Amino acid sequence: MIASVAVNWTALEPVLPELLLIGVAVLLIGFDLFLPRQRQLLPWLTVIGCLTALAMVLGARPAIGFGGMLLADGYAMVFKSICLGTVILTTLMSERFCAVINLRQGEYYSLTLLSLVGMLLMAAAGDLMTLYLGLELMALPIYALVGLHKRDGRTSEAAIKYFLMGGFASALLLFGMSLVYGLTGTTEIARIAEEITARQLTANPALLLALGLLLTGFGFKVAAAPFHLWTPDVYEGAPTILTAFMSVAPKAAGFAVFGRVLYLGLPALHDQWGPILAVLALLTMAVGNITALCQQSLKRMLAYSSIAHAGYALLGLLTGTIEGLAAAMTYLVMYLFMNIGAFAVLMLLAAPGRAGESLDDCKGLAARNPMAAALMLVFLFSLTGIPPTGGFIGKFYLLKAAFAAGYTATVVGAVLFSAISAYFYLRVVRYMYMDEPRQTDVLHVSPGMSAALGLCLLGVLGLGVFPGSLLDWTLAALSGM
Amino acid sequence: MIPLSWYMALSAILFCIGVCGFLTRRNVIIMFLSLELMLNGVNLNLVALSHFLESLRGQAFTFFIITVAAAEAAIGLGIAIALYRSRRSVHVDTVNQLKG
Repeated sequence: MIASVAVNWTALEPVLPELLLIGVAVLLIGFDLFLPRQRQLLPWLTVIGCLTALAMVLGARPAIGFGGMLLADGYAMVFKSICLGTVILTTLMSERFCAVINLRQGEYYSLTLLSLVGMLLMAAAGDLMTLYLGLELMALPIYALVGLHKRDGRTSEAAIKYFLMGGFASALLLFGMSLVYGLTGTTEIARIAEEITARQLTANPALLLALGLLLTGFGFKVAAAPFHLWTPDVYEGAPTILTAFMSVAPKAAGFAVFGRVLYLGLPALHDQWGPILAVLALLTMAVGNITALCQQSLKRMLAYSSIAHAGYALLGLLTGTIEGLAAAMTYLVMYLFMNIGAFAVLMLLAAPGRAGESLDDCKGLAARNPMAAALMLVFLFSLTGIPPTGGFIGKFYLLKAAFAAGYTATVVGAVLFSAISAYFYLRVVRYMYMDEPRQTDVLHVSPGMSAALGLCLLGVLGLGVFPGSLLDWTLAALSGM
Repeated sequence: MIPLSWYMALSAILFCIGVCGFLTRRNVIIMFLSLELMLNGVNLNLVALSHFLESLRGQAFTFFIITVAAAEAAIGLGIAIALYRSRRSVHVDTVNQLKG
């Protein structure tokens, strides 16, 4: 007997942006295969797809999809926007860079989009299962992307390191999840919190072990010390365009699930995870900022700086308050613009046959291209946290939230490490403005690249001068949580 | 009937063997194997818990983990082949160009 089942298509509404992006990714593969002459259209198709998805995400009503598996709420919306923004900006920058380093384009764009779908699922995950699936859907295309540029021997090394570390972190995370499932009998994040209170599990040693495993797994994903060891190597070995992408979007998605699990699933354990995260944040800022001091490669320096910035964002997370979470989200939005901007200028320095990744390559940039040097100056000031840029405001909110929650020592440490970071950021500025240029060739700025640089500049300065609207947006997004 | 604690002990032992193997062995393929062992420890844990809790979520989760592990193995072996082509070895001690 064949029973006809009425399919409820409206149930798909919360995942429409994801479905659209999967469609665009498949279309891109087909386009690359059957219309090889029109390859220059691929980045624009990607950008249009992402912009449409962004509009859908911003316009969507808050909804709970698939029986609590997906929570398309305001919290998810903010993180989805960050991830979509990263892909839009890096795609705009990629066109010429892919040609310079001779990267296969079709696979690049479709894999980026598939990874983006994983991030959107992570941002909306309401269940440990969807969280894990989103995490792997994000990570697997990135492993392939890192190793995509096979002619460069460093990329396969970076890919294998990333793959092994990512797989190990996922396994630890899964074991933690299986313990949580065993103790609470559910994988739904919101119900985990209820069961923990109902069964009075807060002092249960198995739950504390599970918490430790979850923190380790998430620590790997957001590259918090002491689980950051893969980060500098992977970021240096990957093509720069991918480093720019990896240093923002997967990190933001990692923070999305981190925050969701801690705030929605394990709020009862804040007494345990608050101090642990405070130590991790301090350690991350120390390792990132101090190791960045002695780097000769600008790319590797930015890799360490992105580790340090994960430490700053952890400051907001560890407070356990809505204000802290909103500050962390605000900071990640600012970080998107300033970090992508800095990487964009780094990519401008690349030329065929020359990587242009060392500090020597940026010497005398002001004489070669005053505009690029001025932009880099703004982005580096913002990364340091100097007003009136977005980085200052973002850091200010984070420190304020952590201080209000009573983590005074951590705040003092953060300020000190932030002061240390000024040395290596401003050293680049000195090289750009005070030294003689080593190369004299003219920098080629493609239209997409100038658009991306313009957007980043607008983001950094606009959010620095008018920060209130962004914080209001993140606070409003969190009001339903 | 075998009690739940035996299953959980076995899965914990499997997981720990995987962790030790991952941390001590230097061949990339053996490290993959250790990762799979860790994942199977998790799978066993989830299935046993699912049976004793009488909830199907754990078993559904296991199916997802098995599927993802297959995709992960495909990508990992692909990367290992790319590594072998450029280095003529899959030993992690030879993977040392990037440091500092």
